[in-house]
Amino acid sequence: MLLERVDDRGLWQSLRQMESLQQKLNQILYAGQTNNGRDYQFPPINVWVSEHHAVIEAEIPGIEPNDIDISVIGDTLVLKGSRKKIELKEGEAYHRQERGYGDFARTIELPFKIEAEKVDAEFRRGILVIKLPRAEADKPKKITVKSLV
Amino acid sequence: MNTTEIRENKRAESENAGPEWLRTSHLFVPQADIYESKESITILADIPGADQNSVDITLEKNILTITASVPPADHKGKALSYSEYSTGDFRRMFTLSNEIDRNGIEAVVKNGVLKLTLPKSKDSLPKKIAVKNGD
Repeated sequence: MLLERVDDRGLWQSLRQMESLQQKLNQILYAGQTNNGRDYQFPPINVWVSEHHAVIEAEIPGIEPNDIDISVIGDTLVLKGSRKKIELKEGEAYHRQERGYGDFARTIELPFKIEAEKVDAEFRRGILVIKLPRAEADKPKKITVKSLV
Repeated sequence: MNTTEIRENKRAESENAGPEWLRTSHLFVPQADIYESKESITILADIPGADQNSVDITLEKNILTITASVPPADHKGKALSYSEYSTGDFRRMFTLSNEIDRNGIEAVVKNGVLKLTLPKSKDSLPKKIAVKNGD
């Protein structure tokens, strides 16, 4: 059959097919631009966790530390910043422009509540490292079982 | 807010035509901007994690190779709970079309970005040729 009958179910199915077609198309169009085939937000992050800390690392090359804005609310961290566009002088022309520029903002949900006062951030060699101490009240507590005999 | 045009910082090395890498670490091709003026060619490359001392630049004939090694970070006592990027070294090669004044090459690494300035040699600068009167 060339045409699908459009009843309610058929319509949803067509929409879904269209969606998957769109995804396939995007994969073809953006191949080589995505990281391992997955499209991440900028900047890419890694999150490390220990008993007392969470550490967020983000690769943000080409930005000044002052242009990074970090705020923490409860167990959510918001990372904002802007990478400036290079203004070419007269007579200069691009051969290649692969590095992006512009504003970015990311909201990262943390695995636990943190001490917002004690958050420490460091920026070195284009890598931002944010150390987030776990809130005392949120730390796992050991409960001793009393013997009542 | 402006539409962000920033994409990823690096891509896997599979597209690189250079010699294969005999190290256990990952090797990435850094994203680069290249622009040219009358006097020089400038290359900007994103190499997060590398600094001035870990970058190696060679120019052999007209093949320019940029290598940047990234020391592994210390994550003792921590477990990776979420990951969007892997770390490793960087390498990228370019074929240069203009004659470059080798002695004038300048490289600066700042905030994880390499800025390479390649001045064109005097002989390769375009010359104006005077048309003589042949009468």
